Amino acid sequence: MATIVEAKGLCKKYDGFAAVAGLDLQIEEGEIFGLLGPNGAGKTTTILMLMGLTEPSSGTVQVCGYDPVREPLKVKRVTGYLPERVGFYEDLTARQNLRYTAELNRLPKGIAEERIARSLAAVGLSKVADQEVRTFSRGMKQRLGIADVLVKEPKLVFLDEPTSGIDPEGVGEILTIIQGMINKGITIVFCSHQLHLVERICTRVGILARGRLVAEGPIQHLGRQAMGGGKYRIKVKVNGVNPQLVNSIEQIAGVREVQGTGDTLFVNCDQDLRPQIARVIVDSGISLVGMETEEYSLEAIYTKYFTEAQQ
Amino acid sequence: MIPIFRKELADHLMSRRFLILFTLVLLTAIFATYVATQTLRKTVSENTEFVFLTVFTTSGERLPSFVFFLSLFIPIISIALGFDAINSERTSGNLSRLLSQPIYRDAVINGKFLAGLAVIAIIVISVIAIVSGLGLRIVGVPPDWEEVFRLLVFALVTVIYGAFWLALSTLFSILFKSSVTSMLASFGLWVFFFFFMSMIAGAVANALVPVDQSATVATLARNVELQGAIARISPRTLYEEAAISLLVPEIGSLNLVLMMAAIAGGRMVTPLPLVQSLLLIWPQIVAMIALAAICFAVSYIKFMKEEIRAF
Repeated sequence: MATIVEAKGLCKKYDGFAAVAGLDLQIEEGEIFGLLGPNGAGKTTTILMLMGLTEPSSGTVQVCGYDPVREPLKVKRVTGYLPERVGFYEDLTARQNLRYTAELNRLPKGIAEERIARSLAAVGLSKVADQEVRTFSRGMKQRLGIADVLVKEPKLVFLDEPTSGIDPEGVGEILTIIQGMINKGITIVFCSHQLHLVERICTRVGILARGRLVAEGPIQHLGRQAMGGGKYRIKVKVNGVNPQLVNSIEQIAGVREVQGTGDTLFVNCDQDLRPQIARVIVDSGISLVGMETEEYSLEAIYTKYFTEAQQ
Repeated sequence: MIPIFRKELADHLMSRRFLILFTLVLLTAIFATYVATQTLRKTVSENTEFVFLTVFTTSGERLPSFVFFLSLFIPIISIALGFDAINSERTSGNLSRLLSQPIYRDAVINGKFLAGLAVIAIIVISVIAIVSGLGLRIVGVPPDWEEVFRLLVFALVTVIYGAFWLALSTLFSILFKSSVTSMLASFGLWVFFFFFMSMIAGAVANALVPVDQSATVATLARNVELQGAIARISPRTLYEEAAISLLVPEIGSLNLVLMMAAIAGGRMVTPLPLVQSLLLIWPQIVAMIALAAICFAVSYIKFMKEEIRAF
């Protein structure tokens, strides 16, 4: 996989206040990267710098092989940006709004009309394409925003809080649309503080706090990093625990620690040792009720990194 | 820039705002022409030269002339076209979407300004054409070539006057985030230039060069001259002087004292040739262009330097 976004030591200062302070970021082609962080952590500023909409105070950026500072037009031609509170010309219809975008992208008329129809269909707005945007709900406008991005058939798309202020049904629709974009091979940078959504669709996340990327990686990997110091934590439920069993589990190579409360045991180990543990339990004649590796919720990971960054 | 220019122009021409303004200007134009032609019959004698042009400058007993109406309405039209140029894009959430398209940032402000200017030109030219048509019908004397040229230059000067107000209101639309504030600021300045400037000029001149019962002609002349100089800070004065000199070729000097002396001295007032009239008002034209250029340049720089985060 090729690297599509590469930022090194990215900084942005506004009147002495550093919105982004030394950000290193690498995004691979075809992945869906979740950029997490509370309001004011520098998510939008980072996107603006990657798009060439604002100039970094220092640091270097490469997006799709171009430098957004020196060649902003080339970057903007292949990237799409859905701003947080996207707006349209209310007096124009959905189709007319997209036509304007197509004109700004200098698409020939025939190709433009075809792409507009396809984009509107992709977001499920074909039926209302010739209605004025003023009649649209918040969710419809947001979907139109995605259609607007799709018209230029980008390689890379930045979605800034695409689901804020939208009802659950609308959120579901938007996630389905995003899934469709991933299937087409579009790289997506998804900015949000709605962790459960990020957890559902992102392959990799980066946590931003105070303008710095404090953690980065696949969610489960991050979880193990954050919570267990890089270890697996396996939850074992048995029927009738005894110290002998605990002792024999501790004997398994790779097991670091066994904690127990009643019939539930927590085994910390270097790798996934579930088969070995199961054998030990069965061999000792105790019945095994259940066993699972503990998955860390993104929320727990996020809270941990974020509180660390605050200190 | 061309797609932006086209869209803005279409937006202006389709808007209710344009319809209202155009109707207003059209009605006053027709009315002013009617008044002028009624009065003309009494004032025009056999040997009056440039009969056709007098349609534009003749005022009735209670009603001002067409030129006065233009000097009043052109600022209103220009302000209406420019006061929300940038801030409405910002508040509607269109600006960041627009700027993420592959266009240079200055294309937005250039396209908008040129579209506004084109609308002003359309209004000015059509109104002058309508008044000319009516004048031709009522007066019955066709204009000669010189009169046609004078009218064309007059149209150009009027558009330049409009360009100043358009640039000013565009500047306010960048400086003020709220379009109501920028409209109020523009109209505030309009009221100031239109109503207060002459009063201030009079007051300042009287304070610096007091005129009392015993004042000599020289003092009086200095007072009037100073008053004129101060009043020329106002674009309205510049425009009216330029317009009158173009439409009343008999005006040989913009120095009121000299003019009065010439008339009092019983000297024949011979009309100036077009080139001489142009030379006479050249400073006024240049000053208006400079004012417009300064306002536009400041808006341009402000818009280009602005951090997108604030959008």
